[in-house]
Amino acid sequence: MRRLPPLSGEWIDRKQPLAFTFEGQSFSGYAGDTLSSALAANGQKIIGRSFKYHRPRGLLSVANHDSNAIMQVQHLGRVIPNVRADVTPLEDGMRVTAVNTRGGLARDSLQLLDSLSGFLPVGFYYKAFHSKRFFPKWERLFRNLTGLSKLDLNSSRRRTPKRYAFADVLVIGAGPSGLAAALSAADSGAEVMLVDENAWPGGSGLYARGGQDADARQTLQLMERVRKHTRIQLLCSTYAAGYYADHWVALVTPTEMVKVRARALIIAQGAFEQPAVFRNNDLPGIMLASGAQRLLHRYAVAPCDRVLILTANPQGYAAALDALERGIDVAAVIDLRTSPGPASSQLAERLDARGIPVRTGATIGSASAGRDGCLRSVVVNTRVQDEVASVTGESVQVDGVWMSVGFAPAHSLLLQAGARLQFETALGQYVPSSLPAGVFACGKVTGVYGFTSRLTDGTRVGEQAAAYVQRRAPKLRSTASTLGLTEMPSHPYPIASHAKGKNFVDFDEDLQLKDFANAVQEGFDSIELLKRYTTVGMGPSQGKHSNLNAMRILSKLRGEPVERIGATTARPMFHPVPLSHLAGRSFSPERATPLAKAHEALGAVWMLAGQWKRPEYYAVAGLARAQAIEGEVRAVRTGAGLIDVGTLGKIEIHGPDAAEFLDRVYAGRYGTLKVGMTRYGLMLDESGVIIDDGVIGRLADESFYFTTTTGNSASIYRELGRLATQWNMKIGLVNATGHYAAFNLAGPLSRRILTRLTNIDLAQASFPFLGLREGTVAGVPARLMRVGFVGELGYEIHVPADSALHVWDALLAAGSSEAVRPFGVEAQRVLRLEKGHLIVGQDTDGLTDPLQAGCEWAIKMDKPFFIGQRSLKVLEKKPKRQQLVGFQLVAPGATLPKEGHLVLSGGEMAGRVTSVTRSPTLNAVIGLAMVTPAVAASTAFRIRIDGGREVDATITPLPFYDAAGTRQKMVEAP
Amino acid sequence: MKLLTCPLNGPRPISEFVYGGEVRPMPDPDTCTDAEWSDYVFNRSGVAGVKREWWCHGPSGVWFLAERDTTTDTILRTYLASGVEASR
Repeated sequence: MRRLPPLSGEWIDRKQPLAFTFEGQSFSGYAGDTLSSALAANGQKIIGRSFKYHRPRGLLSVANHDSNAIMQVQHLGRVIPNVRADVTPLEDGMRVTAVNTRGGLARDSLQLLDSLSGFLPVGFYYKAFHSKRFFPKWERLFRNLTGLSKLDLNSSRRRTPKRYAFADVLVIGAGPSGLAAALSAADSGAEVMLVDENAWPGGSGLYARGGQDADARQTLQLMERVRKHTRIQLLCSTYAAGYYADHWVALVTPTEMVKVRARALIIAQGAFEQPAVFRNNDLPGIMLASGAQRLLHRYAVAPCDRVLILTANPQGYAAALDALERGIDVAAVIDLRTSPGPASSQLAERLDARGIPVRTGATIGSASAGRDGCLRSVVVNTRVQDEVASVTGESVQVDGVWMSVGFAPAHSLLLQAGARLQFETALGQYVPSSLPAGVFACGKVTGVYGFTSRLTDGTRVGEQAAAYVQRRAPKLRSTASTLGLTEMPSHPYPIASHAKGKNFVDFDEDLQLKDFANAVQEGFDSIELLKRYTTVGMGPSQGKHSNLNAMRILSKLRGEPVERIGATTARPMFHPVPLSHLAGRSFSPERATPLAKAHEALGAVWMLAGQWKRPEYYAVAGLARAQAIEGEVRAVRTGAGLIDVGTLGKIEIHGPDAAEFLDRVYAGRYGTLKVGMTRYGLMLDESGVIIDDGVIGRLADESFYFTTTTGNSASIYRELGRLATQWNMKIGLVNATGHYAAFNLAGPLSRRILTRLTNIDLAQASFPFLGLREGTVAGVPARLMRVGFVGELGYEIHVPADSALHVWDALLAAGSSEAVRPFGVEAQRVLRLEKGHLIVGQDTDGLTDPLQAGCEWAIKMDKPFFIGQRSLKVLEKKPKRQQLVGFQLVAPGATLPKEGHLVLSGGEMAGRVTSVTRSPTLNAVIGLAMVTPAVAASTAFRIRIDGGREVDATITPLPFYDAAGTRQKMVEAP
Repeated sequence: MKLLTCPLNGPRPISEFVYGGEVRPMPDPDTCTDAEWSDYVFNRSGVAGVKREWWCHGPSGVWFLAERDTTTDTILRTYLASGVEASR
C-alpha cells in the first residue's frame, strides 16, 4: 500500500500535508484524505479487529458500507466515538485508535477468541447462559468483551442543530444517474436538492474507469453543470438516513440534521458491491473491487502491489484494467462463470493483449495470511455447479484480492417509501415493480448498469419527477428498466464452502457459512427467523454486504429460488446515526400571565398548573410556608385578598343559538339566565363523567361569557368548535383566554376597596351575588362577576391583558389601608375546601359523575338534551359506586393525610382522600374523600397515612364553613 | 411527517392537527334502549377500511372531515362539514 503519483481529478490536496497518529504511531496524509485513505497511504493494512473473534480486518468498501473502518478519534479536546473512517475527513492533529481491542490493535489479547471459535458457534449464548444465577455474570463478561468505541463522559459536549428544508425534487445519490436526474429535473424548472454521502459527487462515474478517462471526463462535465445550475442545491458528505410519510426525509450532515420535505423524490443510491464467500475472505488485503478503485482514483493510493481479481461481471475486468493503468501487477483474473458475457469478453481481450491470464469456471477456495496477519496467498480451485471441485488447487502469491462478483441494490429507502420489488432473474437482483406516487428511482438501484444507460435513465426520471411536481404529463416516457444490459452484473451464488470454515458471510458479526446451516437445522429456516437467530444483518452495516448472500444460502438450503425467500424489512436508519444528531434540546414551554413580574416582586413562590406558572404563595420574611399561607387565608376571611386567576379559560359565545348551545353542552340551564347574571356550569362527557366546570355569564340576549378550568381551556374550546360544526348551530366562539387578565378580589372589605376604583354601582341592590356588570376599573374597561368560590364577598375582575399590571397595582394601592394581601393557589385551595367546593380533576377522576360528586343541584334532567344526560338516566337507576363526602380528623396530629391516601372501613379499603388541608379558619383538619356508599352512609372511617399509621375521621356535612352562605351573599358590607 | 390537507389552510404537517375521532351517528336518546346507548358511548369500531373522521387544524381551529383508508393510512379526501372540498 502506497501513495501513487498525482492523478487528474484526485480528491486530495498535496499542498496541504496533515499529521496524525494511529494507535500511537505518527502518520501523515493530505487534506481531502479520509481516515481510511490516509491509513492506506501509510501502508496500514490492519485497521481494526472483528466484533466476535477479534480477527484482523482491513479496508473493504472504502465507502462507509462496511463496519471494519470504525475508529475512535481524539481531536480538539473531544473524544469522538465510532467514527466512520471511510467518510470522515482527516484533520491535522487527530489521534486515532482502533476500537474493540484489548492491549491495542497489533497485540489484541482477545484474538485468542479466534482459535476458540469452534466453541462459540452462532447462538451459543442462547444455549449456554440461560441459568438465572449465572446470567448476570455472563452478561457483564460479554458486555466487556464486545462493543465498539468507549464513551468518554468528560468529553466536551457537541450541539447538533436541526434544520428544515424544502425541495421540489430531492435526489438521493449523486452518481452518474443522480447527476443526470438532478440536471434534467432542474432544467424542467424544478427546485432540486441533490445529496451524496461522499465528499464529492460523481460516484462510480469517477472511480470505475476501466483504464480509460472518457466516462470520468463526462461525469466531471455533469458535475460542473450541477455546480453552476441555479436551481440545484448540492449537499455532499450527507446521507439520507430515513424516509418518512409524504416525502419527509431525514438528512444527516457532519454537523446537523436536515429534515427535508420534498414534493418528489428520486432514489439514485446505486448498489452495494457484494463480497464473495470463501475461506479467510476477511483477511486484510481482500477488498471489494469498487473499494480498490475508490482508493486508486479518489485518493491516489495503491491498495496492494500484486492483485488477483475474483469476478463474475464486466466490472471486475474493468477493475483489472484500472489496476494495470495505475501500475499494479495483476496476477490473474478469476471468473466464477464458465462463459463470460460479451462485455466481459471484450475487456478480456484488452487484458490478454497485456499478458494477463484470465481463468473461467474457477473460484478462490481459500486465502492464507502471512506472519503480519495480512493476505499472502490464495488457492484457486475449479468450480463445478456452485461447488469447489477439489481441495487442492493452484496457489497464487498476492497481497491483494479484489472481489467483483455482484451487487445488491441500495433499495432500503425505496422500501421505506412503500415501493414494491420483484426479483429480476436476468439481472440477479430485485428491482422496483411499483413505486408510490412522487417516488422515482434510476440507475443501478433499478438494474441499469451501463454508464450511458444510467445517464439516459437519470434524464428520463428527472423529467418525470419535474412533471409530477408541475402536475403535467411527462415528456419522456418510461423505457425498459434493464436499459442496455448485455450480461448479468451479479453472480447468483458467489459462495465457496470449505471444510475448515472461516468463510465469512457477515463481517460485522463474524458469521460463517456453516452458521446458516446450523440455524436452519435448528428450525430457523425463514429469513426473518434466520436473521434473529444468527444476527445476520444486525451489525452496524445493517446487512449491506450480508443480506443478499444470506438469502442465497437459505434458498440453497431450502431448495427454493431466491425470490421465494423474501427479504427482511428495511427500517430507518440507513447508516447508524450519531445520537447527538437525534437528540433534541429539552423543550417544555411554560406560560405566564401578564402579572408574572409583579408576582415575582411580591415574593411569589412558583408552582406549575399544567403549563401555567402560578404563585403557590407569597413568601414572607421570617415565616414558614404554612404560616405564610395561613396569613393569606386569614386576610381573605377577615379583610381582603387578591389572586391572579388569569389562567382560567375564557370564552365568548355570540349568536341566535348561543343559549341553546350552552344548554346542550353544560348540564345546567342557561336559556333562563337573565342578562347581567351568572350561573355555575358543569360539563359532562357522553358517559356522564364530569370533565370541566366554570361560570357562565350572560352579557346580552345572544352573548355569553364563560370560564373553563385552567388546564382544559384549549381542549374545551376546540371541542365546542366541533360540536358547533356538527350541530350546525348559528353561533360564533371566541377564545379570549389570552385576551383578558382576571383577578379575584375577595374578602369582607373587597367592596369598600373596589368602590374607590370603579364606575359600577356595587350596592347590593344593583349588583347582587352572582351578578355580572360591565364598566371600568381604574379607568380600564372591565367585566365584573360576583362569584363565591372562596366563600366571601368577592369580585372576579376581567380586564384586557395589556392593562393587567395597571389594574392589579391600582387594586393593591387602593386596598393598602385595608391591608389587602395577594394570595396564591394554595390559600385558594384551603379557602374553597372550607366551602366544600370540589376541583374537577382533583376531587373527581375519569369515572366521576355528578351524582357521585354531590352535584345534583347543577344538573337539569328535565332539559330536552345535554351531553351526558342519557347516560345519567341510566346511572340514576343504578346504585352509586362511590360518593364524595366531607370529613374532619378527630385528633389532628402532626402528620396530615395526603391526597390519595386510603380510606379504610372495618379494615377494608373503602375509598381514598381527594383533598385535605389544615383549616386555619376552623382550626381543624378537613378534607374530601371518595368513598363507598356504605361508608358515605356511616359516620366515621379511618385513613391510612404515611408510615402505615391510621387516623380517625368523622364524616362532616358540606360545606365546613358558612353553611348558609351569608358571607358570600353579604347584603351588609362593612 | 405526514401531511394533511385542511380544506381552508391547505396541506400542513400532521403535528398541527388534532384527531377528533370517527364520525358516528348518535342514536336518538329518547327512543334508544340503554344497551344501544352504552354501545354508542363505549364501543368503537376497529374494522380496517375507509373511515370518516373528525380532524381539527389546531392553530386556526378549523374542524373538518377526512376520509381515510386505515389499511394504507392514506387520506382520500378532506372537506368541511358544510361540504367545501379541499383543493390540492
